[in-house]
Formats: sequence, C-alpha cells, structure tokens
Amino acid sequence: MSGRERVLGRVRRALATAPDDDTPYEQAIARGYLRRHADLGVEGTVDLLAENLADYRAIVHRCALDELPGTLGRLLELRGSRSVLVPPGLPESWLAGVATTRVDDRADDTPHALDRVDSVVTGCAVAVAETGTIVLDGSPDQGRRRITLVPDHHICVVRVPDQVVPSVPVALERLAPARPLTWISGPSATSDIELDRVEGVHGPRTLEVVLVR
Amino acid sequence: MSGTFVGMPAFPAAAHEAVRNPTLRGNLRHATHTIRAKRAKAVAELADWAELREAGRRIKDHTLRHLDRYLVQLEEAVTAAGGTVHWAADADEANRIVAGLVKATGETEVVKVKSMATQEIGLNEALLEEGIHAYETDLAELIVQLGDDRPSHILVPAIHRNRGEIREIFTREMREWGRPAPEGLTDTPAELAEAARLHLREKFLRAKVGISGANFMVAETGTLVVVESEGNGRMCLTLPETLISVVGIEKVVPTWRDLEVFLQTLPRSSTAERMNPYTSMWTGTTDAETADGPRVFHLVLLDNGRTDTLADDVGRQALRCIRCSACLNVCPVYERAGGHAYGSVYPGPIGAILSPQLRGTASEIDASLPYASSLCGACYEVCPVAIDIPEVLVHLRERVVQGGPVTREGNKAVLKPAKGHAAERAAMRAALWALTRPGALRTGQRLVSRTRRFHPRTLPGPGRAWSDSRDLPPVPAEPFRDWWRRTNGGRDTK
Ligand code: SF4
Repeated sequence: MSGRERVLGRVRRALATAPDDDTPYEQAIARGYLRRHADLGVEGTVDLLAENLADYRAIVHRCALDELPGTLGRLLELRGSRSVLVPPGLPESWLAGVATTRVDDRADDTPHALDRVDSVVTGCAVAVAETGTIVLDGSPDQGRRRITLVPDHHICVVRVPDQVVPSVPVALERLAPARPLTWISGPSATSDIELDRVEGVHGPRTLEVVLVR
Repeated sequence: MSGTFVGMPAFPAAAHEAVRNPTLRGNLRHATHTIRAKRAKAVAELADWAELREAGRRIKDHTLRHLDRYLVQLEEAVTAAGGTVHWAADADEANRIVAGLVKATGETEVVKVKSMATQEIGLNEALLEEGIHAYETDLAELIVQLGDDRPSHILVPAIHRNRGEIREIFTREMREWGRPAPEGLTDTPAELAEAARLHLREKFLRAKVGISGANFMVAETGTLVVVESEGNGRMCLTLPETLISVVGIEKVVPTWRDLEVFLQTLPRSSTAERMNPYTSMWTGTTDAETADGPRVFHLVLLDNGRTDTLADDVGRQALRCIRCSACLNVCPVYERAGGHAYGSVYPGPIGAILSPQLRGTASEIDASLPYASSLCGACYEVCPVAIDIPEVLVHLRERVVQGGPVTREGNKAVLKPAKGHAAERAAMRAALWALTRPGALRTGQRLVSRTRRFHPRTLPGPGRAWSDSRDLPPVPAEPFRDWWRRTNGGRDTK
C-alpha cells in the first residue's frame, strides 16, 4: 500500500465515528472579527504605518515623488554604500540622483555575487499599517526574493496612500497567492540569546522605508 | 515517533533534576515572565481577540473534520503549481523519503530552517546515517546543535543556555563545522549573533538543498507559509535549487483567506509582536524565467501518530495547535521543570497532551506526562486556538489509569489500566462526575476548585516520584482565573 493510501485511509477511519457535519465551509467559520481595528482615514493610516515601522526599528523617511531621486541618493551616500542592486523594473527616474555604482539583478548571478553588494532599492506590493509590514510579491520593481535578503541594507519605497492598507485581512485580499510573497516587519532580528534583541542575524541589518507621495 | 529522547527518565525524575539546577530555573523564569508580559500587551491591542480566537478554533476544527478532503485538495493544488507531494505514515517512512530525495540531487549537505516536525522524526540523525549533514540555521538551533544538546523551548530552543555558555560553545565547536568563531569573541549578544551570521552565511551561499517545515498550508491554492524572525528561513527557502518541506497533515487550512486569522494571532501569541520580522509564502515552483526560489519543490505530508490523535474525540483538539508556545510561558510547571523534562520536542502543556497521543502511553515518560500539570487552566486561557489542555490532560490521565479503547498506528486497540492506580481510579470516577457537568467543563471555569477534594497530596502511579520530592501545591479555594484577575496577573501580591 502506498503511503498516500495508508495515511488517507487512517484519516477516514479516524473520522468514521465523528458526528456528521455537513456544514459548508462558509457557514462553519464564524468571522465575527474586525476587518480593520480602527478607522483612521487616509492620513491616519499612513501615520500608523510610519509609527509601527519605526517601532520595529525600520528607519522611516517621507518625501514627495520629485524629491525621491535626491532622497535615495542621499541615503545611499550617508550609508557609505559602494554598490546598489536594482531590480529590472524599478522606475529609472527614481535613480536619477544616485551616484553609487549600480548593479543590475540578473537571473544567473550567484548568491556570492549578491553578497558583495552593499545596498538594494525596491518598490513594494502593499504595506500594512496595523502591523508595520511591507509585502513584496516579486513584481519587476521588487525583483527576486533573494535580492532583498542577501545585501545588508534594504531601502523600500512605498507609494502612499495607494499601497497602504490598514490591516492584514485587507492586505491578503490585495495579494495574489501564486506569486512568491515576502512579508517584512522591521529588520531581521533574534532574541535567542538571553532574550536580548539583536538585529540582522541573517537578513539585512538595516531596513529603510521611504514613504513617497 | 522516534523523537523520543532515548533513555529519557520519566517526567518526575527529569523534573527533579531540573528544579535543582538554579541557572536553568533562573533563565526560564526570566524568559517566560518577559514573554508573558509582552504577549498580554500585544493581545490587548486587538479588541476582537476573542473573535479571532473563535475563528481560529473553528477553522481548525472544520479542517480536521474534513481532513481527507482538504489534504487531497492541497495535493492537487501543490502538484498543479509544479511541486511533488509525498505521504509518510510514520517517521521512518518520512526519513526514507527525504534521504532519497537528497541523495537524488547528489548533495551531501543540506541547510535547514527550524522545524518541529523534522525534530520529531529525528531527520538529522537519519540523514547522517546516510552520509548527509544537515545544518540547523536558526541561531538557537545552531547553539543547540553545536552544543550537542536538545532544544528546550518551542520558540527559544536554547533558553537554557546563557551568553557565557554560548560563547564557549561557539569558540570550541564552530571550527569543526566550517568557519571558526572570530578571534577574541566576547559574550555580548551582538557579537555572538555576528559570529553565527558569518558562520552560517558561508553555508547558505553554497547550499543546493534546503529543508523546512511550514506553519500553514493552504488547500485552495497550494501555498505554504513559513513565519520566522532571523531570515535563516528566507535563506533556506530562497537560495537552494531544491526545497523539501516536511509538514504535519494537521497544518492544512482550507482557504487563502484563513491566513488573515492566524497571521494576526500567531505572532502576538508567540513572540508578542504585531508581526514577526519575516513571513515567506510560496506556491509550488516559479517559472524558469523569474527563477525566484527553488526550481524543485517536494512536500512530505507527515502522519506519525496524528491520525491516531484524530481518532480520539477529546484529544483531537490538540491537532489545532499552531505551535505558538504561549502555553509554555504561562505554565508554572514548565517554568520550574524546564523543557527537557518533557522528553520530547514538544515541551510544556501542549507537549503534555500531544506527545502521549502521538506516541501512545506505553513508555514511562509518556504515561507520566499527563501528570505534568497543576490543571490551573492558564494554558487554555492564552491558547489562540482555544485548546482545552486541562480537559485533555484529565482525559489522558483517565485513560492511563482506567484503560480503554485507543487507536495506535491506525489500528483500534484496548489500553490496559495502569497498575497500582486503584485509589486514583476512584478519584477519577468522582472527578469525572464534576468534569462532565457541562457548565463546569465547557467554560473551564472553576475547574480546579470544584474538584479539589479529589486531588491527592501526593501523586499516584507515575507521578509519585515527582511528588515524593515536593509537596503538591495545595489547590486554593479561589479559582486560579479569579485570583489572576483579582491580583492583576499576580503582580499585586507577593
Ligand atoms: S497549545 Fe495553544 S498555546 Fe500552546 S503552543 Fe499550541 S497553539 Fe500555542
């Protein structure tokens, strides 16, 4: 007998004596919980995002769209980055003020090559205010999952208010499950040593989020 | 379940050792109290916590009731997305499948993200026998692995080690396994974490095979979800060419939308954060053009005692567990006895009900686990999927003492009553009367106080050694939950 038949057979026998339950899924699950936890309006939701991002030690900046190239250039310079990874679909205009050596992400780059790059700049798919989370879905302005993982410094540009949602339930509605999704809340962190929080064990140690409108 | 720690003494003896270890007790107290206080705050932020908890309970119960249907749906969705699904009835079968898959790649090294399922089946040891080295990449797991040790907490597996010990382990062991610890390594957490980063990065960048578990699997879409903090999960799920995920069959949820419940309750219950730093979701494999993540994906669905647990109509609720570890941090017995005393990868209150169901109660340690509790009910209160752990504990005690029908490895069997439990059998029958009154049991309110006259001063049977060395805490007239509220969680009294 195959493992499949054996396991499914055991499941069915285990349930044979359970009381019948034909309640359809939609009715079986009570969804008395809230879709969002406060109605803060557009501005308030963006403020909450900024606050929660900062609370989890992401560094938050705000600017207008025409200031973005200058902001990105300055952040990379302040950081002392010698090279910056750029996903294929990042708007060219964003990088107009960037003097740092540009490295284009290519599918055949080895992880070792990514490890030599100092910073990465990406867009995002959606940002969740209540939890201070940015979500990447592998779209061309965000690139492959590895490019926001291996370099030690990640700058993520969030378009406000369009890309900001209040809560986790609303975020899930906006995302496509078939895409490779990464939810990021602050920089990589561990509390494994005597519960002292340390940033950046394996992922980027510094996460900067630019809220641009 | 081969995850039994071989030669493990029964809980009372192991706990006896642990309570005499002041370092361990100090570390545990610090850890559990810190996380407990933070969790309460994180939960209080959500006004609809009770509704989220109820939804979580119902999603899991509904899924378990129709588990066969959802597993088949999951299999179809994963396959359609380019993955391959394997089914493993027990630990040996799962280990055989994984070893075969790794061998087929020609690799002899794999990187692993912390997974309780693979610990449960003893995968690392099984792979080693086949000449394959599995590297744990979670910082705590690394500490445990380098220290040739066992994890003692679901969430902070190296909670029993302090910084001095960790420095010592890194300095001594890292060179054996790859990049040595930096010269002059101090014991600050930042330096220790940096040493781990450098040591492991070397492994991540060259790894061709990754092994993971998963927190959730979505039947509707075939999506797998891993929730983590450090980024080692992302490394293992993203960089290797082949990914093998070993996941218990109870981790399936019906729809994409169901994640909205658990992504709110899990982080807050677990690390007391609004959201954990990283969550990865992937559906099968991505196409060659994007090349984003592994090109080959295998999912190994693991039974290993879960269907036996499913067959027990009281005990099956243990399968709702989302492994948040909140119940460990509130348990007064866990706080003193430590994770190792439970003799399994699942410590604390959930371990006390899950291990004896997954493994049966034939061994001394498993028969003693249902006694590793004061039945105070705090674990039930914090559980984000409302598992009534005290109810299951009493049920399992009754089963150990009185015997009765059980399912083992898919077959019906009758468990013989444990020897030397006559007095307790009488007490159990009496307790059962109280426990089966719907008001008393269903709400869990005043459970302990109502049955307190049935509680012996020393534990009978397997619990005796535990109570020989210490008095059982007298059961107070005031129920724990009332006391908890009145004293603001114990902060207002000594
Ligand atoms: S039993 Fe409940 S509280 Fe304990 S780990 Fe599982 S889900 Fe969390």
